[in-house]
Amino acid sequence: MAEKKSTRIAYGEALAKLGGVNDKVLVCDADLAHATMTASFADKYPDRFYNFGIAESNMTTASAAMAQCGYTVFCSTFAVFGAGRAFEQVRNAVCYSKANVKLGCSHAGPSCGEDGGSHQAVEDISLMRTLPNMTVLVPADATEMEKAVFAAAKFEGPVYIRTGRLPTDICTAEDTPFEIGKANVLRDGKDVAIIACGIMVPQALLAAEALAQKGVSARVIDMHTIKPLDEAAVLAAAGECKAIVTAEEHSIIGGLGSAVAEVLAEHQQGVPFERVGIKDRFGQSGKPPVLFEAYGLTDKFVVEACERVLARK
Amino acid sequence: MDQKLQQKARQYRRDVLDMLYACQSGHPGGSLSCIEILQALYENVMRYDAANPKWPERDRLVLSKGHGCPALYAILADKGFFPKEELKNLRQYGSMLQGHPDMKKCPGVDASTGSLGQGTSWAVGYALIGKRPGHNFNVYCVTGDGESQEGMVWESAMAAAHYHLDNLTVLLDDNGLQIDGTNDQVMSLGDICAKYAAFGWETITVDGHNVDEITEAVKRPRVGKPRFICCRTVKGKGVSFMENQVGWHGKPMNQEQYEAAIRELEV
Repeated sequence: MAEKKSTRIAYGEALAKLGGVNDKVLVCDADLAHATMTASFADKYPDRFYNFGIAESNMTTASAAMAQCGYTVFCSTFAVFGAGRAFEQVRNAVCYSKANVKLGCSHAGPSCGEDGGSHQAVEDISLMRTLPNMTVLVPADATEMEKAVFAAAKFEGPVYIRTGRLPTDICTAEDTPFEIGKANVLRDGKDVAIIACGIMVPQALLAAEALAQKGVSARVIDMHTIKPLDEAAVLAAAGECKAIVTAEEHSIIGGLGSAVAEVLAEHQQGVPFERVGIKDRFGQSGKPPVLFEAYGLTDKFVVEACERVLARK
Repeated sequence: MDQKLQQKARQYRRDVLDMLYACQSGHPGGSLSCIEILQALYENVMRYDAANPKWPERDRLVLSKGHGCPALYAILADKGFFPKEELKNLRQYGSMLQGHPDMKKCPGVDASTGSLGQGTSWAVGYALIGKRPGHNFNVYCVTGDGESQEGMVWESAMAAAHYHLDNLTVLLDDNGLQIDGTNDQVMSLGDICAKYAAFGWETITVDGHNVDEITEAVKRPRVGKPRFICCRTVKGKGVSFMENQVGWHGKPMNQEQYEAAIRELEV
């Protein structure tokens, strides 16, 4: 795998690039421009950057109004504030009016580390997924993040983009396609399918490699779009691999695992199934690797989950 | 005040009562209190084109107290944004006239409001764009006194002053009442003008049922700041038994009450 890079840095760089080719792009932040990395855009296009101060509710609703004037507005803060504190503004201003606002929210999950549980959003995907008109993207790495930003800008309507603070492995290639709502199979396999999003995608690939050493053929699906979910990819995995494990840096309640379970249940796909993710707990302070171990978010936990579903086949 | 405008205001009030009686729900008190504020804006101030409601350079009106929308709907219909027959469909399934304004459904509605406290932020967003190169429009926001208890209102007040939004005017429908009682019983606003002034706004107080006074205040030369106009109003204005009555915030009228109210408003 190539060098490590955080998706938040890729997000900021992509915005700066996008600003050069699309003068209708405006960026808003709530005093976190150097953390969400919107500063990369602000430095280049200060006249198109709006800092709202530490006031996420006002920023979110104002962004909806700005978008209704024909602009594409990227609105950034930490996930816990963008999806959590301003949830009702996302609902009633952004989604209800179908405003062309892209919420780029960083520091999601325990990978934001030392800041602790108050800042580690473990429920943002779940919250955003329930909103009508909302599209939810969780790119796997920095390379995919740039594509996601450009795809979101092209797409008319609200989009939630989850970004992370921690530099993580690059697991997709420049020429890997990115289409909203279309999962990428990064590694094919026939015994078990691992459906992952965000920084759990590289972990899933490590797990697949470890399983291969044990003679198990694992498919790895990068489910970068949680909504609309690529149901065909899920059903193909169920039909062909007949065992599924989901992996996400998020609560197992309401996120990717839940979305996949809904599809399986509605299509009578009673295949052995497990969700790797945070087990209905808040995060806490610590170095990310220590937290990943404590919260069950490493390749080892993915391997174990795969072995359990294989045993139930 | 102009006789014709007064007659028109009575007509709007009758429209409001017709709408609310037909759907047996909705908010009479706060709809009747903001008639002249909206009338002044649509009659004397705002640039708009009812035939082209999405004209990009139109002035924007945000009815932050979205529950007062029957007043807005009456005026939008009168100004030709949609046929007056639509008014009878208020709050009905499939109607463009939702219980709270929906900009996706109703021509002339610039912000989907009803969730109190959000309108001033809608207005700030619009005003920021109105100040951008290539744009030149003004933004008017009608707020309620009760909703000024929302913290978000003050986030937007701070932002408006910070960005010197002198294309923004917030008009407070200061009728003094909210659902559970008077503002002072529920949560005192204190000196609301002093609060806005402390946030860096120009403040003016007017009789909120006098179209001329409201118009004059809105049209004064700008002083480089966002403008706050405290419009002193009477909740339920125009219907004697509703005036200043907390109970008429959101109560349906029976036939007898409806007929009595209409009689009071006949030209």
